[in-house]
Amino acid sequence: MKFTEEHEWLRVEDDLVVVGITAHAAEQLGDVVFVELPEAGATVSKDDEVVVIESVKAASDILAPLDGEIVEVNEAITEDPGKVNEDPEGDAWFFKMKIEDLSALDELMDEAAYKDFVG
Amino acid sequence: MDELKRTPLHDLHLSLGAKMVPFAGYEMPVQYTLGVMKEHLHTRARAGFFDVSHMGQVILRGEGAALALEALVPVSVAGLEEGRQRYGLFTNEDGGIEDDLMIANRGDHLFLVVNAACKEADVARLRAGLEPEGITVEYIEDRALFALQGPEAEAALAALNPAVADMLFMDVATVALAGAECWVSRSGYTGEDGFEISVPESAAVALAEALLAQEAVEPIGLGARDSLRLEAGLCLYGHDIDTTTTPAAAGLLWAIQKVRRADGDRAGGFPGAEKILAEIATGAAELRVGLKPEGRAPMREGVPLFEAEEGGESVGRITSGGFGPSVGGPVAMGYVPKAGATPGTRYYGEVRGKRLPVAVVPLPFVKQTYKR
Repeated sequence: MKFTEEHEWLRVEDDLVVVGITAHAAEQLGDVVFVELPEAGATVSKDDEVVVIESVKAASDILAPLDGEIVEVNEAITEDPGKVNEDPEGDAWFFKMKIEDLSALDELMDEAAYKDFVG
Repeated sequence: MDELKRTPLHDLHLSLGAKMVPFAGYEMPVQYTLGVMKEHLHTRARAGFFDVSHMGQVILRGEGAALALEALVPVSVAGLEEGRQRYGLFTNEDGGIEDDLMIANRGDHLFLVVNAACKEADVARLRAGLEPEGITVEYIEDRALFALQGPEAEAALAALNPAVADMLFMDVATVALAGAECWVSRSGYTGEDGFEISVPESAAVALAEALLAQEAVEPIGLGARDSLRLEAGLCLYGHDIDTTTTPAAAGLLWAIQKVRRADGDRAGGFPGAEKILAEIATGAAELRVGLKPEGRAPMREGVPLFEAEEGGESVGRITSGGFGPSVGGPVAMGYVPKAGATPGTRYYGEVRGKRLPVAVVPLPFVKQTYKR
């Protein structure tokens, strides 16, 4: 698993990049009450605002971690946003992306580096 | 920046796993380990304990204190019976609201509870208005203030002193709790039955611990306090009411008793009386209403409201909004034109550039369960 400074995790499955938010981020957000996901098929650039997530406290944006195409989104979390708190690094993934070159992930943090990053 | 003040329960909050945030000059718990959602639901299901010691407590003493206070609030204070409390407003010359407060008649004195962010201004206002009339204004800094709210609040407090079970909504009494003289009112800010308790600082921790030791009672932070009061349709000063909103617009005319209205025995005589009393007859141009977003997206304070999905100018605004855990969806309140304030009227709130439908609904969002 790889991590961004925006508190997303990325995991490669079947040549697609699965993206979600970290347990640390979910904890900081508090109870998630609303998630708006992008359309499958959308082409996105790194740092585009692709997901809106609202907790009981506030609204936040989730940025596209890489350039690519959104190929699948997890409708289960828009139906039941609380899943993001229950299983942020498992079932509550946000979307799957197709990217040109998976080696782009190499530049991201590994788990140890992310742990250091969040202190 | 001034250093943040702490309440007598500061160390207890930390030991309970509270996340502390700055609020009105104090370091206050916004949530504990349960989190906002579960704290909210727990309060409606059982009992929630709130530290609200940041709020201002003031005692007024002297012959004629009630009548003198009536020069500052459009409330019948002189008509308030001993052992009873009522809601009040400090108004200004423009008919706006300077703060909202609770006023209790405790026999030989009046006891006021005012908002934390306004308390210094309120004490100054009281001193300027009342001291020339020979009334003493005592700002109390050696007592904490707690709220215990929810269907099991009565049982939890009665376990410490059974006398509280006899109190009804808006009753006030002096009650011994944790070995100290406490000033208890049967009231709150959640829509639930419950109590507010003024306790000497020296007994504050012992009383808090005695309440929290009970299985039904969980500590509740300011996050859930806000969602609870929003579902209950209660105003938050500085948001739903402020110096520019009038009592008529805010839907708070019930707080102005007949005796203070035109033709009443003690009509007017408070700041902004002319405008405020005229508006009782004519109605305000806009009204505070409950607003229910039709989708799942919360509409928060500041969201502008439009009549149409496209085009046109904003005609209203959300003043409080978020997720209502007991409602299970987004809830809000705000101001809309008088002509479009009936339940069922649809507006569009602009959220992140998109206009989303929101309907006017009656307040409160949840049934109040006061013990009357």
